[in-house]
Amino acid sequence: MNKMYGLCFHAVRQTAGLKSSRLLQRRAFRVSTLHRQQPFDSTLEKPQFPGASAEFVDQLEFIEPNVISGIPVYRVMDRQGNIINPSQDPQLSKETVLNFYQKMTMLNTMDRILYESQRQGRISFYMTNYGEEGTHIGSAAALNPNDLVFGQYREAGVLMYRGFSLDHFMAQCYANADDLGKGRQMPVHYGSKDLNFVTISSPLATQIPQAAGAAYAVKRENSNRAVICYFGEGAASEGDAHAGFNFSATLECPLIFFCRNNGYAISTPTNEQYRGDGIAARGPGYGMLSIRVDGNDVFAVYNATKEARRRAVAENQPFLIEAMTYRIGHHSTSDDSSAYRSVDEVNYWDKQDHPISRLRHYMTARGWWSEDDERSWRKQSRKTVMEAFERAERRLKPNPELLFTDVYQEMTPQLNKQRESLWRHVQQYKEHYPLDLYDK
Amino acid sequence: MAAAARFFIRGANSRLSISGFGTGAQSCFGAALLRLSPGCSSRTKTQRRHASHFTYQPDPVPTQYGPTQKMNLFQSVTSALDNTLASDPTAVIFGEDVAFGGVFRCTVGLRDKYGKDRVFNTPLCEQGIVGFGIGVAVAGATAIAEIQFADYIYPAFDQIVNEAAKYRYRSGNLFDCGNLTIRAPWGCVGHGSLYHSQSPEAFFAHCPGIKVVIPRGPVQAKGLLLSCISDKNPCIFFEPKILYRAAVEQVPVEPYTIPLSQAEVLQEGSDVTLVAWGTQIHVMREVANMAQEKLGVSCEVIDLQTILPWDTETVCKSVVKTGRLLISHEAPITGGFAAEISSTVQEECFLNLEAPISRVCGYDTPFPHIFEPFYIPDKWKCLEAIKRMINY
Ligand SMILES: Cc1ncc(C[n+]2csc(CCOP(=O)(O)OP(=O)(O)O)c2C)c(N)n1
Ligand SMILES: [Mg+2]
Repeated sequence: MNKMYGLCFHAVRQTAGLKSSRLLQRRAFRVSTLHRQQPFDSTLEKPQFPGASAEFVDQLEFIEPNVISGIPVYRVMDRQGNIINPSQDPQLSKETVLNFYQKMTMLNTMDRILYESQRQGRISFYMTNYGEEGTHIGSAAALNPNDLVFGQYREAGVLMYRGFSLDHFMAQCYANADDLGKGRQMPVHYGSKDLNFVTISSPLATQIPQAAGAAYAVKRENSNRAVICYFGEGAASEGDAHAGFNFSATLECPLIFFCRNNGYAISTPTNEQYRGDGIAARGPGYGMLSIRVDGNDVFAVYNATKEARRRAVAENQPFLIEAMTYRIGHHSTSDDSSAYRSVDEVNYWDKQDHPISRLRHYMTARGWWSEDDERSWRKQSRKTVMEAFERAERRLKPNPELLFTDVYQEMTPQLNKQRESLWRHVQQYKEHYPLDLYDK
Repeated sequence: MAAAARFFIRGANSRLSISGFGTGAQSCFGAALLRLSPGCSSRTKTQRRHASHFTYQPDPVPTQYGPTQKMNLFQSVTSALDNTLASDPTAVIFGEDVAFGGVFRCTVGLRDKYGKDRVFNTPLCEQGIVGFGIGVAVAGATAIAEIQFADYIYPAFDQIVNEAAKYRYRSGNLFDCGNLTIRAPWGCVGHGSLYHSQSPEAFFAHCPGIKVVIPRGPVQAKGLLLSCISDKNPCIFFEPKILYRAAVEQVPVEPYTIPLSQAEVLQEGSDVTLVAWGTQIHVMREVANMAQEKLGVSCEVIDLQTILPWDTETVCKSVVKTGRLLISHEAPITGGFAAEISSTVQEECFLNLEAPISRVCGYDTPFPHIFEPFYIPDKWKCLEAIKRMINY
């Protein structure tokens, strides 16, 4: 058996050798000995099962789930925005911090305007990011711009940080002719090839194993890129989440799993979603490095993501970050959360522990941000959002022709026939179709 | 994203107002928030959702099942579930967000009335929901599983197709999960786009061992759902979500059943048979009126109600009489259930046909958001198909 182990090892080395072309030299498929089974030795009084290695015991004892409970929450700032341990201060420049703040508040402003516009029937649907701005901006800032993002739907701040314009956000929500997604999806299903942000899909958790595959491919490209995958604590219950965690660990993918644990999946509270110690507790089960952070502390999120990213790429392994936060808004415009949670609970997070206020305290304490700055920034950001909003509202919808394209890469004869029959029909029954609202 | 639930929420003004970040200092956004510059609101009306593509026609008040009450479709579903929980102590109801009443309000009040061990939330996992339901049923209890949207039933596809559908057969009838009923909101809703609009019945029609049922309104919903629950085979019950609020009828309060695998002739006619199910029935009814008025054509309207196993006899009998058949559904035309009906009718009624069987269905594309008015098999497309059949 000892020999066999040696053989295997040899085989691995050989394959690695075969592949160690120029391209793969720097980030070869390291098979770290750490993850490898112990060599078999029948003289040792140790379990030799291929699936696990440890000691034998002679006491009957079940492992209690709470031996891994109470994973601490990493933070850098307290609720008043004071740095707790100076060694953890990311020492970001004033300019960087102001940018964080402006992105977080701009997102909040955009949310409120689009939420209201849905209420007025101007767009069909919306989902706000209230209270989770710190998780978005902190993590986005810690990535390289070419790191690939797989999101769930409540990560608009990541896209905003990367420079997605207000016009693009609005165009998508309005499904107008400028929508990069060609008006096909519901509002908030953004995507941007230029910004390495894979288009959002409504079915939950599907992006999780996809992110593992993408990270694997990125690793083989040897291009110093990582992949980040966002998901909610609810989505983490899906089978796909298990698949993604396990695949990325066994296939050693440079991937950051970023779980936004905001307390709810629509109406379902976390105590009906899982019974372990949250999502971070699952990491060890998959052989994955994990951390829990205070998601309302943008610096804690930044530090954790930065380090996870650095190590994911250097060591080719996945990291799991569980960012604890709170969904202050309703799940979506379809939801009225007062049916399942108290206003007091929401108010606590809105007024006492908000990521935006925390950062503002920090900036104020440093003399980087005054009341006047705040007032003029609010005015200015609101104006910018409203202008983009008005532009989007005026735009026509995309050409109905786009109903039939991109189903396949090429237009099939069958679809072409259907397309032609629709046009013939619409010409004949013009008065019954809202053609004037659509681009010609 | 529970998008379609918005029509239940609209108008129900939220008690919770989110002020904006931090100290709430931004709460000054109010009514003035969206005061647009002049000229900008010109399109406002048209930005709103397109007017409904059908006119709901309520069923006559049923007299044979005792006293009735005014109910919409989600309330009639609740009433069926209520009857079941009351009469069957083994029955349990579960799914995502079911405990607080469900995103479409179908389980409102049931948890309080029957206890949280009988009406409960599951973790967010459709394969888990169906697998769990199969287990409940195999152990002899009644399982009513809710999938939040038909579009999200696919993670459970394996449990439905390989497990639920084959349990009885593969065990030589030693075990079965006939006590399982899976409910899911279904069909287009005006603004649901790719993942809140689908009609996946054809996938399951290819799956011997399960039954697939779709009601056209509240009275049918209650009777058919109760039939599914008491039927000794696993059933999928798709609920047209656009009708949850829009469809209101006098529904019997007491339990009653409407037989599965029986189509219903809603309107007799002599020239063309129109077959549909769910929401599309209401489009067809309107089309039948239009055909009569505009073309002088007499249509027979049939609600198939059960997709699998379906009532070939009622449909074929009608086509023998009319010689023409139009089938219409929202799902893509290729491989849709209309293809199955068309093929069977062609085999059974070949010599009676006066024109090729016509299908007006969704195009072979995903369900698109902003192009929905062009995508759906609306009344004008159906009317045009009738014209062509008559002039064939
Ligand atoms: C496969 C699937 N099942 C159900 C849904 C309906 N749904 C949309 S969002 C949501 C809750 C998700 O909660 P979580 O993952 O915690 O994210 P959060 O909304 O809290 O950000 C549900 C059940 C869906 N989109 N996809
Ligand atoms: Mg959540």
